[in-house]
Amino acid sequence: MPINYYVILAMSLFSIGVVGVLTRRNAIIIFMCIELMLNAVNLLLVAFSKMHYANLAGGSATANVGTEAQLFVFFIMVVAAAEVSVGLAIIVMMYRNIHSVDVNFLNRLKH
Amino acid sequence: MNLILISAIWGIVMMFSGLFVKDKSQAKNIAIGGALLLLIVNLLDVKGISIFHSDFGGMLSYDLFGYIFLTLVSVSLLVYFLLSGKEIQQVGNHPFEYFALIFFIMSGIGLVSFFNNLLILFLGIEIISIPLYILTGSDKRNLKSNEAALKYFLMGSFSTGIMLLGIAFLYGAAGSFQLAQFQYAGDKEGLFLILGMVFVLISLAFKVSAAPFHFWTPDVYDGAPTVFTSFMATIVKVAFFVAYVNLFLNAFEGSKLKWQLAVAVVTALTLFIGNITAVYQQSVKRMLAYSSIAQAGFMLLAVFTINDMARQGLLLYTVAYCFATIGIFAVLSKMKDFTFDGFNGLASKEPLLAAVLTVFLLSLAGIPLTAGFFAKYFMLAAAVKAGTYLWLVIFAVLMAAVSVYYYFRVITAMYFKEGEGQVIETTASFRYVLLFAAVVIVLLGVFPNQLLLDWLNLG
Repeated sequence: MPINYYVILAMSLFSIGVVGVLTRRNAIIIFMCIELMLNAVNLLLVAFSKMHYANLAGGSATANVGTEAQLFVFFIMVVAAAEVSVGLAIIVMMYRNIHSVDVNFLNRLKH
Repeated sequence: MNLILISAIWGIVMMFSGLFVKDKSQAKNIAIGGALLLLIVNLLDVKGISIFHSDFGGMLSYDLFGYIFLTLVSVSLLVYFLLSGKEIQQVGNHPFEYFALIFFIMSGIGLVSFFNNLLILFLGIEIISIPLYILTGSDKRNLKSNEAALKYFLMGSFSTGIMLLGIAFLYGAAGSFQLAQFQYAGDKEGLFLILGMVFVLISLAFKVSAAPFHFWTPDVYDGAPTVFTSFMATIVKVAFFVAYVNLFLNAFEGSKLKWQLAVAVVTALTLFIGNITAVYQQSVKRMLAYSSIAQAGFMLLAVFTINDMARQGLLLYTVAYCFATIGIFAVLSKMKDFTFDGFNGLASKEPLLAAVLTVFLLSLAGIPLTAGFFAKYFMLAAAVKAGTYLWLVIFAVLMAAVSVYYYFRVITAMYFKEGEGQVIETTASFRYVLLFAAVVIVLLGVFPNQLLLDWLNLG
């Protein structure tokens, strides 16, 4: 299957994420959209990894071509988990103070 | 390598001290010890003595520029702890953890100044960003701090997503994450490379608060506890710039013609928006937030030109900008009133403090005989040397002239306006450190080559 399909799929997922971040007002939904963006990137990386493997595996001793992108995906997942723990803590902290997770409440800093 | 290891270890030491040391006011002293240790081990590294040395299969590449930058950052960190350590302890109930997070950030700064692989760039930027989200929201009962933390977190992880998309496209173009691979990938997979470059450029512009991606900066800097704003606006910002310059120098120098116009437009916009909006601010803290955007515009000139002169200018900028801004914020965090009127009549009550603040503000404005002048001079000279886009240089000089207005507003408030002046309680050591920072700025303004830049040429 040509790489274009994967690129289009990943870009659509990414765009859904971006649109969600820009239009939704619930902090948790915004956060889910950001996760969607990260996972779209994971998909793209895995697809590129396979593409480079298919392009180069015909030669000799190139069996490990493309593995580094798959490793990168693991790092993204780990970092995303760290971000989730911090982000949810921040959202909970805000909920305790204003009893809402609506980002429209966040306008006290605008003068 | 020393600094990366020791700062991570010292962060853990700080966390355990929080468990075992009962006296909370000791946190500051342990942190100052750690900052001193970081400075020493980094100087040892410059001399070639390291505890553990590995380049992890070419993922890190060590150069003298990075070492000198980290030395300057360690000195700034020491000055920051000495000046603001007490305020950091008073932010909340967990003083040891705040210092621990700052040490973890230092480890990330070590990574971004030596990276040679996009994976390390990504990890370094995340190691810097995630603790910063926590520090921004550390004043838990304060709604402004909560709001700033959430805004910073959403903006930060959004830009991380964009950066990852860029990295994925770059990988698609070159088939590797090593920076050197992108120098030659120009003609193979043109579209992927350009898309990747655009996304990485945008996300790093978010991180260094360059216009038009600066909108979160004033709110976040205003809402965060003042001591942490000081850290974010200085050390962290300069570290992001080093990452930016390293990336463009090592990966994209070959395709300079493709991105130079985009960076020039971003630079001009940043200079314009930062300086013009700073003029209208009533609060000094918010003015400093916009001034940090304006200074980011000048630092972007180093990204734009990426030659040796610009890198030297970036080092000078590190000292001039970090010392001056940390000093001003340290005084500001001891004041109750953050407006310009709060500074009225300060000179008659606290002559030394007012004089030192004047040196800092003059340096930020780029007046000769201060380090800030040479920092700006090197940036502009590098841009002239690059040859193209002379309009950008002229525009930058004009904007520097605008910046004089809002920096001098503070000076005129201190010297020429009547007012009660606020009570600022300072200790003798606070004054000495502040004086030391001012002396360094003046000395660097008189002998920039002898003190700093010759070191770079020796290596």
